[in-house]
Amino acid sequence: MSVSQRPPHLAVALDAPGVPGPFEAAPYVHLARLAERATLDFATLGDTFARPGPDALAVLAGVAPHTAHLGLVPTVTTTHTEPFHVATAVQTLDWVSRGRAGWQAEVSRTPAEAALFGRRPAAPAEALWREAADVADVVGRLWDSWEDDAEIRDAATGRFIDRDKLHHVDFRGTSSTGEPFTVRGPSIVPRPPQGRPVIVLDATDAAAREAAAAHADVALVRAEDPDTAYAARAALRARAAELGRAPGTLRVLASLPIELPAAGDAAGLADLLTDWHAADTADGFHLRPADPVRDLGRLVDGTVPVLRRRGLLRRSYAGTTLRDHLGLDRPVSRYAARTGKASA
Amino acid sequence: MTTSRTPARKRLHLAAHFPGVNNTTVWQSPEAGSQIEFDSFVHLARTAERGRFDFFFLAEGLRLREHKGRIHDLDVVGRPESLTVLNALAAVTDRLGLAATVNATFNEPYELARRLATLDHLSAGRAAWNVVTSSDAFTGENFRRGGYLDHAERYTRAAEFVATARELWDSWSEDGTPRPFAHHGQHFDIRGEFTVPRSPQGHPVVIQAGDSPAGRDFAASAADVIFTRHGTLEAGRAFYADVKGRLAAHGRTADSLKIMPGVTFVLGDTAAEAQEKAHHIRRRQVSPQNALLAAEQIWGTDLSHLDPDGPLPAFDPDPDARLTQGRTRLGDPKEIADRWRALSEAKGLSLRETVIEATGRQSFIGTPEAVAAEMDAFVTQNAADGFILVPHLTPGGLDDFVDRVVPLLQERGAFRTEYEGNTLRAHLGLPEPARSPVWKG
Repeated sequence: MSVSQRPPHLAVALDAPGVPGPFEAAPYVHLARLAERATLDFATLGDTFARPGPDALAVLAGVAPHTAHLGLVPTVTTTHTEPFHVATAVQTLDWVSRGRAGWQAEVSRTPAEAALFGRRPAAPAEALWREAADVADVVGRLWDSWEDDAEIRDAATGRFIDRDKLHHVDFRGTSSTGEPFTVRGPSIVPRPPQGRPVIVLDATDAAAREAAAAHADVALVRAEDPDTAYAARAALRARAAELGRAPGTLRVLASLPIELPAAGDAAGLADLLTDWHAADTADGFHLRPADPVRDLGRLVDGTVPVLRRRGLLRRSYAGTTLRDHLGLDRPVSRYAARTGKASA
Repeated sequence: MTTSRTPARKRLHLAAHFPGVNNTTVWQSPEAGSQIEFDSFVHLARTAERGRFDFFFLAEGLRLREHKGRIHDLDVVGRPESLTVLNALAAVTDRLGLAATVNATFNEPYELARRLATLDHLSAGRAAWNVVTSSDAFTGENFRRGGYLDHAERYTRAAEFVATARELWDSWSEDGTPRPFAHHGQHFDIRGEFTVPRSPQGHPVVIQAGDSPAGRDFAASAADVIFTRHGTLEAGRAFYADVKGRLAAHGRTADSLKIMPGVTFVLGDTAAEAQEKAHHIRRRQVSPQNALLAAEQIWGTDLSHLDPDGPLPAFDPDPDARLTQGRTRLGDPKEIADRWRALSEAKGLSLRETVIEATGRQSFIGTPEAVAAEMDAFVTQNAADGFILVPHLTPGGLDDFVDRVVPLLQERGAFRTEYEGNTLRAHLGLPEPARSPVWKG
């Protein structure tokens, strides 16, 4: 199987590096609509407790009704947020976007962030990412905790649900400070349109690699050159295979800072993406504009038409969900088999 | 031309409770739609906005209810996470207030204050937070922190939680610069900088649900709206006087806290038709299986061998049993059982009929004219400041009320004909909150 035969997946970050995001909805809607005109797979929006900015998942929930196809991937941090809240919020984003939700898991590293909560001290990156992997694990289980056909509305027996198709997850994990934690389940939210929303992880940091290989549907790798991206993808795929994951279930995107100060730069970007793609360096690209309003506008006007002429970018969306755009199957609940009624 | 000043007529406030996971929701009807698809939320919110309602209200449940050790399957099960739905609804509405129930026990002030402030920014000043508390270890099993609070501590923690959130909402300077905060209290010891500027309403509207003395005091000290139980006009007037009477001790005026009972309604072209519909709805709400379950909750033991159309159990309830988890206990089981038996004997009712009769009635039943007049009377006679309507159908349950009752309330001068402000505080007639004292001077 040659992945390079398929066009590259394209995604964009809506947040400008180092600049606090606006707090009203309109600027995000404007950017998301540009990304949707460019027929990108998804847009990311970062989030941290360490700098000013709104709650990213809330912002993208507000973007959802103003868009129809674009995948919406907010960062939600795992260090101080309850896994149950992460799971239900992302599930709900999938419901309100009708199947376009993703989740970029991140960790909170600093003592300053820990002091905002006052519950636990800051921990080393390795411990934080081990905990994040546990959180991604239990979140995925909560997303599976309702089978797709659990709601039956059977008036004859008075039963709204078939409770044999709802499952306690009884997860046991380890927090970044070393204490065990448990989550009982099931989720309060029925299984959403995508079954499991798409999990995105930035695997650039070595500490995040294991979590990405185990749990990410999409791994982002920040790379300045094609070789770095190629090596990172090879390592992630190899580790995912060792962990028993099926080939082709992990997309690795090279995450590139872009800056398009002049109109001609947009065509140059198209050439760069074409070259990297021809060299089979990655499954696609996550673009991080220096100035999202300017650069996304130039991307739509200058980069997108070139990529479409070269057959490297769709002219319209063929599917409706983020999994469709990424070519990822809709997963069957891992608990479905236990009732003996799983379908392939 | 001179205008003579007439005393302002008391107008009512209206809110729409999304009918989902509770036993008033009828799900067996052909017109009962999805309780989870976004379209249902859009329909109900837009209907409420068309009716010029003050706000739209979402309840919360952080653990699916269980009965006899198994997940309760006889009512609607499954709901979205409130704040995420409200952020999406903010994009498809313009004026409607957006109220989320969020538990103070299983959240941290920094994170929740940030999510609420974000909703207030993205909705341009329409956010509200219904503060609830929980102490049960059953719900706590879904959380890393577990459940651990005793009942008395619930309100002290909730009060400190709200006060802390207000400190965070006030922490940025007037010119939009983050400033460090520090809160050192019994339940929270936190410091740093908030990531969000002061929001359009200053503070999102704070709602408190609960009728206990501790709940009333908490509401009098900290809430803008109290979501209470509906009863008779007399009971409403007594509750109203009691809660409003507590405000002065907190330096607050009587109109700074709105009292809004949660109510149901059934409309008909005639009084008789409305009564008939109400009875039909009650039978849908209390299915034979639900009637047995209601009795099991009181008797504390398995009653699945009984016929719901037969008599109540002859034996007394087990006073110590806790068959049901995740649901509020209603009162002393023996007293309730005795009351039910008396009712059953007096009227010759079966088990199911007794449950239907005893566990509630629709609050307002009648023609649109009668319902409008009765609601107006509750408000002008100071038994309430308005109502949180709980329709029995998703998503069309509010349509008739907005089409038929709201115009009559407007004709009477009892309800606004247009929104007069842009924020929920403006709809409710609440002032912008003063900045926390810590930032004054």
